[in-house]
Amino acid sequence: MSDISRRSFIKIGTAGAGAAAVGSGLLSQWWGLDSSAMPDPQTDGDQVIPTFCELCFWKCGVLAHVRDGRVTKITGNPEHPLSRGRLCPRGTGGIGLLYDPDRLKKPLVRTGKRGAEQFTEVSWDAALDRVAEGMLRLRERHGPEALALFSHGYGGSWFKHLLKAYGSANIAAPSYAQCRGPREVGFELTFGQGLGSPEPLDIENTRCLTLIGGHLGENMHNTQVQDMARAISRGAQLVVVDPRFSTAAGKAKYWLPIKPGTDLALLLAWMHVIISEKLYDADYLQQHAIGFDQLKAHVADKTPDWAYPHTGIRPELIAETARFIAGAKPASIIHPGRRTTWYGDDTQRQRAVAILAALLGSWGRRGGFLLPSGMDLPAFPYTSYHHKPKTIADKPKQTLYPLAGETLASGLCDATMKGDFPYNLKGWIVYGSNLIQALPDPRQTQKAIEGLEFMVAVDVLPSEICGWADVVLPECTYLERCDDVHAPSYKEPYVAVRQPVIEPMYDAKPGWWIAREIAHRIGLEDYFPWKDSFEYAKHRVKQAGYSCAELQKKGVLRGKQVPVCQEEGLALSFDTPSGKIELHSEALKNLGFHPIPEYSPPEEGPPGMFRLLFGRAPMHTFGRTSNNRFLSQVFDENEVWINSRVARGLPGFEERPLKTGDKVVLVNQDGVKSNPVRARVTERIRGDCVYMVHGWGHTAKGLRYARGRGASDSELITRYKVDPIMGGTGMNVNFVRLEPLPEQLS
Amino acid sequence: MSRPRYVMTVDTKTCVGCNACVLACKSENGLPEQGYRDWIVTETTGAFPNLFQEIRSERCNHCDRSPCVSACPTGASYRQEDGIVLVDPAKCTGCKACIAACPYGARYVHPRGFVDKCTFCVHRLTAGKQPACVDICPTDSLTFGDLNDPRSAVSRLLKSRRHKTLLPEEGLLPHVFFLI
Repeated sequence: MSDISRRSFIKIGTAGAGAAAVGSGLLSQWWGLDSSAMPDPQTDGDQVIPTFCELCFWKCGVLAHVRDGRVTKITGNPEHPLSRGRLCPRGTGGIGLLYDPDRLKKPLVRTGKRGAEQFTEVSWDAALDRVAEGMLRLRERHGPEALALFSHGYGGSWFKHLLKAYGSANIAAPSYAQCRGPREVGFELTFGQGLGSPEPLDIENTRCLTLIGGHLGENMHNTQVQDMARAISRGAQLVVVDPRFSTAAGKAKYWLPIKPGTDLALLLAWMHVIISEKLYDADYLQQHAIGFDQLKAHVADKTPDWAYPHTGIRPELIAETARFIAGAKPASIIHPGRRTTWYGDDTQRQRAVAILAALLGSWGRRGGFLLPSGMDLPAFPYTSYHHKPKTIADKPKQTLYPLAGETLASGLCDATMKGDFPYNLKGWIVYGSNLIQALPDPRQTQKAIEGLEFMVAVDVLPSEICGWADVVLPECTYLERCDDVHAPSYKEPYVAVRQPVIEPMYDAKPGWWIAREIAHRIGLEDYFPWKDSFEYAKHRVKQAGYSCAELQKKGVLRGKQVPVCQEEGLALSFDTPSGKIELHSEALKNLGFHPIPEYSPPEEGPPGMFRLLFGRAPMHTFGRTSNNRFLSQVFDENEVWINSRVARGLPGFEERPLKTGDKVVLVNQDGVKSNPVRARVTERIRGDCVYMVHGWGHTAKGLRYARGRGASDSELITRYKVDPIMGGTGMNVNFVRLEPLPEQLS
Repeated sequence: MSRPRYVMTVDTKTCVGCNACVLACKSENGLPEQGYRDWIVTETTGAFPNLFQEIRSERCNHCDRSPCVSACPTGASYRQEDGIVLVDPAKCTGCKACIAACPYGARYVHPRGFVDKCTFCVHRLTAGKQPACVDICPTDSLTFGDLNDPRSAVSRLLKSRRHKTLLPEEGLLPHVFFLI
C-alpha cells in the first residue's frame, strides 16, 4: 500500500466526491492510526474550485477551498502541469491578497495634487463616465495613439483589446525592457526564437544546471524549482555563478563568486576552453550552426588567464567548470535567467549564453532546451481593429534599439515627456503594474506623469502608482473573476481556466467588466460582443472541441503531446536569416553591433561604495505581495546583505560596528537616501556589492502594512544603462554606501 | 503486522527553504498569526568563499522519549501508540511546562490559552491524506510514513540515504529525520 502514489488519492471536484473516492480502501493504509482527540481544523472546503494563480506570472493551477462562503485555504491542483499539486508559498498566500483589508474597495476620483493620494469615492457610473470622457477628449485633441497602456497580469488582456480597438498600439509591460527582453533577443538572434514563459527548459532531465546570476529556489518559479529538486535527487549537479552564496549555491558542486558585471568574460572563457579542448558537440554544430570558425578565432585569446583578473575566478576553476559543464552535454543547461536587465550589454551576454547552449548541443535536446508548442484555441470573433495606429512611440526618432521585439515600457514613459519622439503620449492606463517600483528612477516616472492630461489606474491594491491617477478603478482579485483561458507553449500542452471562487468583495469588479463598460461608453461596443468573460472563454474552448464542463471541473485539460526534442523525433529548424544557429550574427554586424559578444569591463563605482544588487525572495513577487499579511508571517521586510569582513571596517560605524539586525540608511552615488533597512552581515556575499530583495520600502499611504517596511531598491536606481540593441534598462549600475541610524532599534 | 510508527524525513539536499510548508500548515490548521507549527532553519558555516549551507524544514520531532509528555501536569500532552505526540487542547491549562521541557522549541501558546504544536496533521491522516506540508512542498523534500513498514517511502529513504536527527545528545529519540 505504501507504494500508492500520493497523487492517486488526491481527488478534485467537490470535497464530498473527493472524500467518497478516498473511502475505505485507502484508510487501511493508516490502519494502525490511533483515534485522536485532536479536533479537525475545519479548513477543507465544502466546495473545492480549481483556478490558476495570479500571485506571480507563472500561473500555477490551484484548488481553492471554500467553506461557508469563505476561502479557507489554497492548495495545488495535481492535474495542472505547472503546479503538479504543489505550490510555492505565494500560491498558498492568495488568501492574504483576497482578504487584505487595504484592498481598493470603491472607484476613486482624484481631488488633490497628483501623487498626493487624495481621492473621493464615487459610483462606478461616475468613475466610468469620467474615464470615457477622458478617452474621448484625448482622442479628439491628440489622436488615439496619445493613450498608452501599461499592463501586467493575465487580466490585462481585456485592456489590451480595448486599447487596440480605441486605436493605439502603445501597449507595454515592464516585463520586457525591465526584465526578460535581452534574453528573448539574444536567443532570437541565435536560434530564431525566444524563450517566452514558462521557459521551455528541461531542468528535470538535465545532468548539469548552471545558474549565472539567476537564483532559482529564491526565484520561486514553481515548476522549475520542482524540476531542480528532481534533478538534484537524480544526481544532477549545479554550477552557480553569483556574487552571493545563494540558496542554489549552497547546493552546488561549484560556486563561482564572480565580480558583478563580468559574467560575459567568464562565458567567453568557458567557450575558449570548450572550443580549444574540443569539448563541443561537433556533429550538432556541423549540421545546425554557422560561424564556428569566426567564433573559434574570436575566443582564441579569451583564456581563463585572461578572464581571471576581470572575474576574480581562478583560471583553474574556470577551466574545470567548463569541462564539467561540457561533460554533461547535451543534457547541460546554462540557465538564461529571467530578469536579465543588468548592465546595458545584456543582449550580448544572453547571446553568449545562447552560443554556449549551441556548443553544448543542448537546444532542442532532452535535458536542455525543449521546443514545445501550445494548444490551438481559436479567438472569439470580433470586429477587426479598423484604425491603423501610428508607429509606436517608444523609441526616439524610431532609430534606436533596432531589435526591440516588444514595446518598451521605459520608452513609453520617456515618450511622455521628451522631444525626440514621433509624438508625445498624453494619457496612461495602468493595469496591475506599479510603475513607480517597476521602472528605473521613480522621479523620472513621476515627472512623466505630471505632464499627463489623463491617467487611469486599475488595480487590486492602492500601490504607489494609484496615488498618481485621476481615476482609480478597483479590480477584484483572481479568486473573484473569470479571465481568458490560458494555454501557453509547454512540453505538456494544456488549457487552464480561471474561474471565480467567490463573488467579488466590496465594490470591486473584474477587469473584463471594466474594459467592456468603458468600450460601451465610447462607441466601441462592437469590439466587446460577449456578455461576459465566461461566454468569451467558453466559446474558445468549445471551438477547439473541448468540454467546458470538464475544464471547469478539473481546472485544466491536457492537449495532445507532440515531440519537443530531437530524442522524441523533432526535426530542428531555425527561424534565423540563415536558417541555422547563428554563432556569428550577420544581422548584428549589419546594425553596427558585435556579431560575436565582446567583453568590456563594467564601470567601477566611487571608492567606498558598493554595487547595489537586487533579487527575489521565494515568499514575494516584486512589490505586489509586500502588503500581504499572510505572507508577511514568513518574510515581513527586506534586508541589505553586506559581507562580514567589510562590515567590520565600515566607515561611519567605528563606534558601533554593524551587526545583523541593525538599521542603516543606504545613500547612492547621486545622494539619494533609502528608507531605513536592517542589515544582514554575512559571509554569503562578496565584499564589493550589497544585495537586497526587490519590492520593499513602499510609500503608498493605502498600503498600511507594507508602508515603511524595508527599503526600496527602485528608489536608489537613479541611473541605468540602456541596451543599445533592444532598449532594455540595465539597472545593476548603481552604487551605495551605508550610513548608521542615529538611534538604533535593537 | 506491527503497529505503525509514523515519522517524517526532510531532504536537506533539495529543500530550498521557501516556507511553503510553513504557510500550508498555517492555512490548513487555521493557526493564529504568531503561531508556527513548522519553520525553516538555514545554517551557513565556513568563511567566504568556502561555505557550507544546510536548510531544514523543522517541526515537533515526535520523540519516543518525549519530555513534554513527562512534564505535563494535566495529561494534556500525550503520545499515541503510533508515535504521534499531541496536545489535547481541552485538558491543557497553558502552564508552559512542556515548552520548557522541549529542547526543539516546537511548541507555542495559542492565543486561546492552550499549547499548540505539529500534529503530523493527524486529522488528515485519518482521512487518508498526507500532512499539509508534505502535500504542498514544491521540492518534494518532505516524506511521511510508517517506519515499521519496510516498503514505505520513509523506510526506503532511511535505508538508502545518510541522515541525522537534531540534538541526538538529548537522547529523546526524535522521529523527524534529516537526509543529508
